Amino acid sequence: MGSNVLHVLKGINFSVEKGELVAIMGSSGSGKSTLLNILGMLDLLDSGTYTLDGVPIVNLNETKAAKYRNKFLGFVFQSFNLINYKSALENVALPLYYQQIPRKEREEVAMQYLKKVGLSEWATHLPSELSGGQKQRVAIARALAAQPKVLLADEPTGALDSTTSYEVMQLIQEINDEGKTILVVTHEPDIANMCKRIVQLKDGVIIEDKKVIQIRASDYV
Amino acid sequence: MFSRDSWQEIFQTIKKNKLRTFLSGFTVSLGIFIFIILLGLGNGLKNSFNEFFLDDATNTFFFFPGTTSVPYKGFKANRRIQFKNDDIKDIKQNFPFFLEYISPILFRAGIISYKNKSNNYSYRGVAPVYQFAEQTIMMQGRFINEDDVINKAKYAVIGRLVAKDLFGSEQAIGKYIIIQNTAYKIVGTFQDAGGDREERYVYLPYTTIQLNEKNTDKIDQIVLAFKPELGYAGAMIFEEKLTKFLKEKHSISPTDESGFFIRNVADNLNKNMQYADILKLIVSFVGIGTLIAGVIGISNIMVFVVKERTKELGIRKALGATPFSIVAMILQESVFITIIAGYVGMIAGVFVLRFVGDSLENYFILNPFIDTGTAIFSTIILIIFGAIAGYVPAKRAARIQPIVALRDE
Repeated sequence: MGSNVLHVLKGINFSVEKGELVAIMGSSGSGKSTLLNILGMLDLLDSGTYTLDGVPIVNLNETKAAKYRNKFLGFVFQSFNLINYKSALENVALPLYYQQIPRKEREEVAMQYLKKVGLSEWATHLPSELSGGQKQRVAIARALAAQPKVLLADEPTGALDSTTSYEVMQLIQEINDEGKTILVVTHEPDIANMCKRIVQLKDGVIIEDKKVIQIRASDYV
Repeated sequence: MFSRDSWQEIFQTIKKNKLRTFLSGFTVSLGIFIFIILLGLGNGLKNSFNEFFLDDATNTFFFFPGTTSVPYKGFKANRRIQFKNDDIKDIKQNFPFFLEYISPILFRAGIISYKNKSNNYSYRGVAPVYQFAEQTIMMQGRFINEDDVINKAKYAVIGRLVAKDLFGSEQAIGKYIIIQNTAYKIVGTFQDAGGDREERYVYLPYTTIQLNEKNTDKIDQIVLAFKPELGYAGAMIFEEKLTKFLKEKHSISPTDESGFFIRNVADNLNKNMQYADILKLIVSFVGIGTLIAGVIGISNIMVFVVKERTKELGIRKALGATPFSIVAMILQESVFITIIAGYVGMIAGVFVLRFVGDSLENYFILNPFIDTGTAIFSTIILIIFGAIAGYVPAKRAARIQPIVALRDE
């Protein structure tokens, strides 16, 4: 936080309906990550309003932001961000720990979501024993475990080869099919085309916002 | 926050990060260990000092007779004061509250011989309690006892060097030495930390000497000890009262300072204690320095630990950890490690001190020890400061934006 103020987003007005699968595209420096971070309450907005599920997100202090993140949002990162000394199951159970859910119940729920992403046999493995695609699927399971309203994925396929990318996108599409709202930041057009709506950002403004016909990832796998 | 769940979380973190746990634990242990050792050695140095300079009991007064300088109650000036046996009796009767023990001293010197060997020695007529005033250490046999005094027994207790001179390697106990044409049976030999001079003394029952000198009741000096619990102030009051009492008894003017003299060991002690205090100051200084070094070491390791965990903490925050829960987690973990490691370091330090024991006596370190109170106190200080040292980086880590923590390097 230097003294220099840099306006990254310059007037963005957009809303996402429940159950949408939105791709946010743009070249680097276009503000797509900043937008996602504001949506994820990882970053604060200087001006404007942000309403999530009818709740105005204002006057966020750290504790409040943490609670909202835990309740409303699930994150998927490019570099997975699993805790390396915790097993897959423990990683998935972690958001539930911060919801003060008892240990046993936590592990049951975590196991359900691991099963959902097809990794129940890997529950006791450490992240270092998993492949990139598996790690991302554990991360998705973790993001889902707290039953968030919105799933935010920042370049979820950025560190994966294309076959694995499509597998992960297939999983994301399946989750979306069940009604979960998902925002995906990506700069890969093929990934963006697997979403239902593409928002193009350039220099901090939306230059294009269009609905697309979803390409099913399962067609590629 | 102190639920079983959070402890399980912490134990897992500790168990899964063995190197980190070991490093921080080791720093804490080492800090406390060195502190305990240094303080113990410092105490050893102090003990050596006490051994050298404070060999006599420190709660004693010596009374010397003098000569009056002013006329009083019909007596002329320049009258010699003479202490007698009844002075002892009167002091005993009048000051039971202050008095620990009292002994007369008769100073004599002369030829002492055994068989064909003889030499000039100082010998003293004393009461049994004199042993405590001189802090005489018996090597063999016993000191003069009450029976000897009552029976005016012809018994002698001789110094280590007297025994060496007269008896060589021969057993001295039970043998007879000749003093002033009288044979005395040796009942004990002693040593004295006061040095060679004091180990060349011979002690006899004071009543025996008085009997030999035409059954006199004169005594040369009086040594008495006040009860140590009176403290310095109490001793001063005792000295004042006693002075007044003796002046009245011997008809000395209250303003006459030369009727008799008092050597107050407590006063002398004060002077020696100043050296001891300086030594103590140095030891404390070194100790505090070590403690500060330990705290700095712990702070460093805490900064390192938090730095290393930045990413993990960022992940936790993104998953909904509140800043409070982050600080609590780091603090709980660091305090837990510090307590365990501090305890280990303390025990190790105390153990090493005990093991070293008196083997460093030649380096003026005598009986290095650290009392339990100090050990526990310093350990608690380190734990508290360790927690504070952990709090600052933990607080900073809790404030850090998750996106900054999660940014790919």
